[in-house]
Amino acid sequence: MTDDIRALTARLADEPASLAFLELAEALRRRGQLEAAYKVARGGVSRYPGLADAHDLMARVLSDQGDLAGAFDAWSSALQLDPMRTSALKGIAFLYFRAGDRDAALTHLERALDVDPDDPAIPQAISRLAAAPSPAPAPAPAEVAAPEPPPAPRVRGPFEEMDGGEHGILLVDANGLRLRGRLAGEHGDAAGDRVAAQLAGVSREAARATRLLGLGTWHSIAVESPDAHLVLAHPTADTVLLAARDPSLPMGRVTLLAERAARAARAWLEAEG
Amino acid sequence: MSATRTALDRVTRVPGVRGALVIAAADGLVVAEQLMDGVDGRAAAALTGSLVGRLARTAESAGLRPPAFVHLRGDAGSVLAAPGPDDLVLVAVVSPDANLGLARLEMIEAAERLI
Repeated sequence: MTDDIRALTARLADEPASLAFLELAEALRRRGQLEAAYKVARGGVSRYPGLADAHDLMARVLSDQGDLAGAFDAWSSALQLDPMRTSALKGIAFLYFRAGDRDAALTHLERALDVDPDDPAIPQAISRLAAAPSPAPAPAPAEVAAPEPPPAPRVRGPFEEMDGGEHGILLVDANGLRLRGRLAGEHGDAAGDRVAAQLAGVSREAARATRLLGLGTWHSIAVESPDAHLVLAHPTADTVLLAARDPSLPMGRVTLLAERAARAARAWLEAEG
Repeated sequence: MSATRTALDRVTRVPGVRGALVIAAADGLVVAEQLMDGVDGRAAAALTGSLVGRLARTAESAGLRPPAFVHLRGDAGSVLAAPGPDDLVLVAVVSPDANLGLARLEMIEAAERLI
């Protein structure tokens, strides 16, 4: 058992109601411990039946186990809870392709592209599916979800060229976990982790708001507090980036900083695969 | 004229503003509204109330005071929100060519006077 899985197992044992099951099951799945991943995911779905992340996770595990019908049901459940969930749309597209229904696969990928036109993996997957002569060989979900990683240096962090480096910039994944960056302040990294947890799902919420109000795709959220200027951007469909600066810096400049940081984060995420 | 109605009048006079609402942040319900055709007030209230609440919690987690102004920018327009007293939030839906600077100033000042 690796250290991260051991730590996550201990955390879930201490806090059974926490969302640690998402990380634990995903870590187990990536290590190929599919039966253990399934048990953890099943517990999470039972505890949080209204959480799209839990059904999405269960679908990935079932897909890896070869239970494609079960994966289809789980991704369908995730979509019922969150109709704009591109990971579920891509997963169902993969299953349709495996079943030989390329048109349905393309329809789901095109829906995913409508939701997130900034995800470069989706048009790549559409091109591959459109060019494929037959349902086999099918692209694996990971191939559908991720672009080809370009060669890139892995030593330097994505925000080292920014003013202030990684201070005042947070890159957060869809589960509210901090990927890079930190918030300057008396609370140190703990504050960054708390903020990251609050930002889970903000991208989907913003996307839903702009879509339903006819405002297209969301680009940024600027937040003025008396103590700081904050700008949120979304480098990819599953990540959110927060740039925080002193309120003496004009909001327009913080927005430019956030846009630069989002581009750097996108390149870093692609390089990391 | 009530402070709420005055606030809505001030904001909707700004060029490019397609509608303005006063909402109750806690439940995302409309308190008052002045909207052009095609703007869904109930959706704007619910979605903005939820987003502003999340951003307020985010600020609190960072040890910051609550937001005084929020700007959600889409490629076909924006939603602006200025929290006021008593859990009320002044919201505007604006087109891409709106005078955002003027709308911001009017909203922050009007939101402080909401009752």
